[in-house]
Amino acid sequence: MGEDSTETFDLNTLNDQELTEQVHDDLYNGLKEEIVAATNIFLARGWGPDKVLNDALVEGMRIVGIDFRDGILFVPEVLLAANAMKAGMEILRPLLAETGAEPIGKVVIGTVKGDIHDIGKNLVSMMLEGAGFEVINLGINNPVENYLAALEEHKPDILGMSALLTTTMPYMKVVIDTLKQKGLRDKYIVMVGGAPLNDDFAKAIGADAYCRDAAIAVEMAKTLIAARRAAAR
Amino acid sequence: MAEGAETLLVIACGALAREIVALKRLNGWSDMAVECLPPELHNRPEQIPAAVQGAIRAARGHYARIFVAYADCGTGGMLDAMLETEGIARLPGAHCYEFFATAAVFAELSEAEPGTFYLTDFLVRHFDRLVIEGLGLDRHPELLPEYFRNYRRLVYLVQSANAELSAAARAAAARLGLAYEERRTGYGGLASSLGQIATVSLASTGLRRGPGAWPR
Repeated sequence: MGEDSTETFDLNTLNDQELTEQVHDDLYNGLKEEIVAATNIFLARGWGPDKVLNDALVEGMRIVGIDFRDGILFVPEVLLAANAMKAGMEILRPLLAETGAEPIGKVVIGTVKGDIHDIGKNLVSMMLEGAGFEVINLGINNPVENYLAALEEHKPDILGMSALLTTTMPYMKVVIDTLKQKGLRDKYIVMVGGAPLNDDFAKAIGADAYCRDAAIAVEMAKTLIAARRAAAR
Repeated sequence: MAEGAETLLVIACGALAREIVALKRLNGWSDMAVECLPPELHNRPEQIPAAVQGAIRAARGHYARIFVAYADCGTGGMLDAMLETEGIARLPGAHCYEFFATAAVFAELSEAEPGTFYLTDFLVRHFDRLVIEGLGLDRHPELLPEYFRNYRRLVYLVQSANAELSAAARAAAARLGLAYEERRTGYGGLASSLGQIATVSLASTGLRRGPGAWPR
């Protein structure tokens, strides 16, 4: 029998490039303690929190997202990776706040009324935050009143709605129709997501975009905000 | 087609195999053939439309009628879009929980507690394989709170009363940390839908009904 492949080694012995690649591997394998250790090592080496976030964590999760989309990874592995990334972000979040960098946009996001599923929605929230968005996460089982109150209070660029159930996804239309009735629809970009949804459904209910996964949600959010700001000039 | 041959094919979710075979035997639906697709599709609904379409196309020309024993099953209308192009009907409702319980009872259960995790006879029998292993909880039990933190209760929709299954369902609830309830549903909308399609099948093909063959 050869060497034990699970034998641990000192992450400090890796150079920056090697450590970055190691973080990608460790995220892929959902190794939370290793992600925490590597994040602290990067910071001790003088990396800015935004560089650690983008080069190590977000890029690692991007790779996880691609393999999930391609059916190589499944939900348990993505959850473990997300938990590992979350642990790294807990360290970086206060440091990012100290930098005073303006968020690139603001998002109110929540799972619709009657639906208590939040794994995908929380992953999208985390990836949006990692990409520089300010995210107000309303949690689960949100009636239209919750969305309206949050839109009024936070004045976001984007409203995101999530549903996992065929029986609850029609509620998204209730929210959008209410926005229309109140003359608020055009104030916000509306993005929707969830396993049973698709582009046709998003169009039919009057959403601006359907996002199949977290990576697409981030890119879509950036694209739609840029387009809206360009149109406003 | 020779008299006595199977003229109706039911393409079914593997999770309904036992129930459909029981109904077929009970009602004497001798012209009904049943083809079941893997129940693991329950966890990968995006793959259901293609799998069902493959089965439909393979069966074309071999049966006078085809019926699909799936509900929407998390396909978000994609199954219906495919079935419309094929001209095939399916079971009503969003999923097996709904057609077993009936739409009104399921709506009542969901509204009373959105955080309800449902099991059927099949899911109780295969709880370890489809729920525990399917969610990766055998390998990563630490993920249990991630999956179930928003659930409050487990409702076992009972198709066929069985003390052993009840005990297993109760144990499943305890394992997931959920309150436990049972609802006796019988075969619900599965029985009535298959009964209708079997009746139409026999009538439209002109086959004689055997003694006691009509669904009650």
